Amino acid sequence: MSTVLTMAMPKGRIFEEAVELLRQAGYPLPPEFEESRKLIIDAPEAGLRFILAKPMDVPTYVEHGVADIGIAGKDVMLEEERDVYEVLDLKISECYLAVAGLPDGNYQKAAPKIASKYPNVASHYFREQGQQVEVIKLNGSIELAPLIGLADRIVDIVSTGRTLKENGLIELEKIADITSRLIVNPASYRLHASRINDLVERMRSLVESKEEL
Amino acid sequence: MSKPFVFEKPAGMRDTLPAFYQKNEEIKNTIKKEMESWGYQFIQTPTLEYHDTVGEASAILDQQLFKLLDMEGKTLVLRPDMTAPIARVVSSSMKNVAYPLRLAYNSPVFRAQQREGGRPAEFEQVGIELIGEGTASAEAEALALMTEVIKKSGIHSFTVAVGHIGFVQELLRDILGNEARAGELLRYLNEKNYVGYTSHVKQLPLSSIDTQRLLKLLDLRGGIEVLDEASSLNPKEKGKQTLKELKSLYKLLQEYDAAKNIVFDFTLFSHMSYYTGIVFEGYAAGIGAPIASGGRYDELLSRFERKAPAIGFAIRMDYFVEALGNKNNQMKRQCILYTGERRKEALQLARSKREEGGHVVMQDLSGVENVDEFSKRFDEIHYLIGSQQGEDIL
Repeated sequence: MSTVLTMAMPKGRIFEEAVELLRQAGYPLPPEFEESRKLIIDAPEAGLRFILAKPMDVPTYVEHGVADIGIAGKDVMLEEERDVYEVLDLKISECYLAVAGLPDGNYQKAAPKIASKYPNVASHYFREQGQQVEVIKLNGSIELAPLIGLADRIVDIVSTGRTLKENGLIELEKIADITSRLIVNPASYRLHASRINDLVERMRSLVESKEEL
Repeated sequence: MSKPFVFEKPAGMRDTLPAFYQKNEEIKNTIKKEMESWGYQFIQTPTLEYHDTVGEASAILDQQLFKLLDMEGKTLVLRPDMTAPIARVVSSSMKNVAYPLRLAYNSPVFRAQQREGGRPAEFEQVGIELIGEGTASAEAEALALMTEVIKKSGIHSFTVAVGHIGFVQELLRDILGNEARAGELLRYLNEKNYVGYTSHVKQLPLSSIDTQRLLKLLDLRGGIEVLDEASSLNPKEKGKQTLKELKSLYKLLQEYDAAKNIVFDFTLFSHMSYYTGIVFEGYAAGIGAPIASGGRYDELLSRFERKAPAIGFAIRMDYFVEALGNKNNQMKRQCILYTGERRKEALQLARSKREEGGHVVMQDLSGVENVDEFSKRFDEIHYLIGSQQGEDIL
């Protein structure tokens, strides 16, 4: 029982929400702990060590086994397709992946161009729709692409739809609902089974009790 | 694409330098000795095989195969695993040797890496195949040998998870009534996507009992009690039989004194699609991937037209070396640094030291540019320099 579990966390808003969840699940995390700028934070009372990563990188740390568990958005899981267990839907940071474009866009081009931070998700989705598209990878401000003619449409996450609206874009198709997931390294899942099961069960009953409210 | 720099190698290809090589050899020899002492005979197969035979039969994804063309334009592959080549040998060159066969191998295998670095595209495996034996005794032998090999190599903190592909497939088919619906759930399990599995199960038009049975499947992980939990899911005759076999397998493992590190885990799925019955993986503390894995594959041999049940496992040498860390019990290196007039004396000294089993370098002093730098690499140096008699040891 003395093993410390290493947990990879996405920096930013999801981290704060996740820390709150862990506290509610009974893990004693020090106050103001989420305001630290450190990349590795130990919480010995909780038997946890946190590493803070870019959201897109969380499954990478977990797949390589340098973190036993992690919290990653379903968008990242779809894009990265890492060999990790996706054990629990934490139901936090809800949003969805969608295709968007200009309201008067001409989508009948011979080689439609799609801009996205999620090139794998985008090409997979359009393939399934029977469309051949060319995907352009961008790292942010995706909404710019159709406005200045870099791409015809974009694939991106939408939470309130405000960014799309303010930039004069409309949502065309919804691809998938997104929430944050608890992920586990396959070797850790068996080596530290009792600690990980305990954590998963505590989180699960918390998420379920919130659902009922 | 620009021309590679001279220091570059193809993605995933690694050099093995002396320190790692020696350690790797040492561990490998321990493993091989253990396998030989259980009566397994080592064989070697070619690095190149036909894509149509071994390439097709192998469970490695097509895009992970290294392919090239021979002079007639036939597609060849660098062997991606050893099980398929051994199945080929057993059904051809060893066609007339009666079952059961106990074979072992120690070879590099090749799997192209899709993504970033951090994982080798060529790695060494040591493994065994027990072919033509379908009993629980064969399964116990394979598992006990794998456990023994892990222990003997010096890894003390490890877990071996045992699952059963057939049991899970059977149960899903039984509850869902048809292959297609079972296949969909199997895909979620294969992808390790329990969130997807759970929400899919909840959507299915099933009785609440059946829904619970399907959800409970994800919790079937732990000690021997898991087998009782599994039987509470009410499997059909065949599933009951499987659980009985697993129970007797556990008993056999206790007799082998190999049950301590075993856990049962019905959520264990291997990426090797040819497995049909039990599957197992070994994990060591600090290593994020299985250090050893294996399973029963009763269909593979029939692809090579010599039908037989079979079981085997393979050990990943790179992970073993990593798991054992930097325990340094390397052989001491000695050097005799001599000048021309005392060559004869130096030769005699080298011969006697080598006969004692020492690793002795003989180096003519005039061939060394920087004596201080050179000497640092040795644990012991004998100077036979100048015309005076006797040696100085540093």
